[in-house]
Amino acid sequence: MRVLVCVKRVPMTGGTIVLTDDDRAIETRHLGFTISPHEECGVEEAVRLVEANGGESVVLTLGPTEAEEQLRDAMAIGADRATHVVTDGQEWDPQATASAILEAIRDDEAANGPFDLVVFGNESADAGNFQVGIRVAHALERPVATGLKALTVDGGMARCEQETAGGRDVYVLQLPAVVTVKEGLNLPRYPSVPGRLRAQRKPVETRTPERPAPRLAMARLVVPEGEGKQAEVLGEGAAAAPRVVEVLREIGVLA
Amino acid sequence: MTALVYLEQTDGAVDEPSLQAATMASSLGGGAEVHAVVAADTAALAPAGQLPVDAVQVAVHEAFGSYAPLAVAEAVVELAGRLGATCVVGPGTERGNEVLAHVAALLDLPLAANCVAVADADARVTRVRWGGSLLEEARVDAPTLLLTVQPHAVAAEPGAGDPPSVETFTPTLSEAALALRVVERVAAATGGVSLADARVVVSGGRGAGSEEGFAPIEELAELLEAAVGCSRAVTMAGWRPHTDQVGQTGTKIAPEIYIACGISGATQHMAGCKGAKRILAINADREAPILQSADYAVIGDLHEVVPAISAAIRAARSG
Repeated sequence: MRVLVCVKRVPMTGGTIVLTDDDRAIETRHLGFTISPHEECGVEEAVRLVEANGGESVVLTLGPTEAEEQLRDAMAIGADRATHVVTDGQEWDPQATASAILEAIRDDEAANGPFDLVVFGNESADAGNFQVGIRVAHALERPVATGLKALTVDGGMARCEQETAGGRDVYVLQLPAVVTVKEGLNLPRYPSVPGRLRAQRKPVETRTPERPAPRLAMARLVVPEGEGKQAEVLGEGAAAAPRVVEVLREIGVLA
Repeated sequence: MTALVYLEQTDGAVDEPSLQAATMASSLGGGAEVHAVVAADTAALAPAGQLPVDAVQVAVHEAFGSYAPLAVAEAVVELAGRLGATCVVGPGTERGNEVLAHVAALLDLPLAANCVAVADADARVTRVRWGGSLLEEARVDAPTLLLTVQPHAVAAEPGAGDPPSVETFTPTLSEAALALRVVERVAAATGGVSLADARVVVSGGRGAGSEEGFAPIEELAELLEAAVGCSRAVTMAGWRPHTDQVGQTGTKIAPEIYIACGISGATQHMAGCKGAKRILAINADREAPILQSADYAVIGDLHEVVPAISAAIRAARSG
């Protein structure tokens, strides 16, 4: 089977978010980057599906030149090749992102046949727009199930389990289909050194479409004001225990 | 000006995030007419009583016997067209976002998800990024404004005056929409305290050191009838299952008190415990970022502090 997984490069923000001087981006000079968490599980799932069923897994990203790092990371754990839609570092809105991904899918499918599954994260860690996968599914006229915590593919059908407050809701989709997944779907493997070396030799196709004018146009970012809390230090080490018990009593969680 | 708000219901009662979305919709357009739409497989499931809207439209179709996201979206699009809606609003829940994303795809319009404030006159929105650790001010370029409302961004207000009028309609649904529906529900395993609903949550982070390092945390949780949680570093290390993870990509909690042991307080984690009434941080590092969000702190190694708290609780009970 053929599986495409779409990933986004996001900064590892740590404890506090600092913005650039123009308030239009996170200051990332001192930060590392990663694949957005839901999509890390998407990559792992794509690799497992191809390990079990044969075929090919392809990883795609839309992002700056540096996002090749995340494509290599995905190939290090087993994706076979990559497509990089290269941007100049400006943010693309969800419609523009979906259109560029769609064009890349159409070109790949024209050459290699349809992807049985196109996998997205349910939402990116940074922008959190909750919509790119659904837009691509509509354009491809394929069914889409979102927020998956379990996925089983068998006989041209995908059994998709979505977490709900009371348990799991199940959809059964006919392939080809689109799914959006969530962290917890699996535990992504750690890339091995030989995997990393192999990844350096795997092919990355680049594309450089024009960025359309955004229709959801970010004007500026704002770090929400903290509540200005200063934690009351109840004590140090084991000696603090009696005071902790008092506090738990005061707030009514300890009879 | 007509606004249309999609409401999610549970057993005939409108969910709280949907009431909040309706409240936000009713504040738009300087007195716009607000219609609500609900999807049900029988007209008997129309919401009763006060709502902050002028009219309720019940989309009735047997397809709505189980959740069918595209079918709901098609019903919303049909009604929005009939009403000439200039704004379509949904709750910023998983399913609210899913339905509105289908609506946006069907109409090829932008969608602003998880808004906390809207100035619809000039199509400006403020929306959540990074699970609430960052806000974005954006302009939406569209003839019809599509948005979802971040839960708890506004307080739900009951409607004033007469209850809204209630009408029903039968939407026209595509084959694709009829095929995309929940076909089976698997109930969650029962037993233990649910993380999302727990009154007390005791969590461990990297400071726990190992899978076995959670033993004192589990002991304290049992004494407090609390749920056990953890940080993302812990699940990625394989020490605890992902179902225990508190955070932006894990479970969002809202306990009376959150006891965070050996957790530094990365934005990813704090996005999941914003709903906690109080936070007690137990951390060896007094510079840890979590101390800036915590109400109380104990400085020290959790392996020393947590067993001492358990012992003090036992002593207090037997005394």
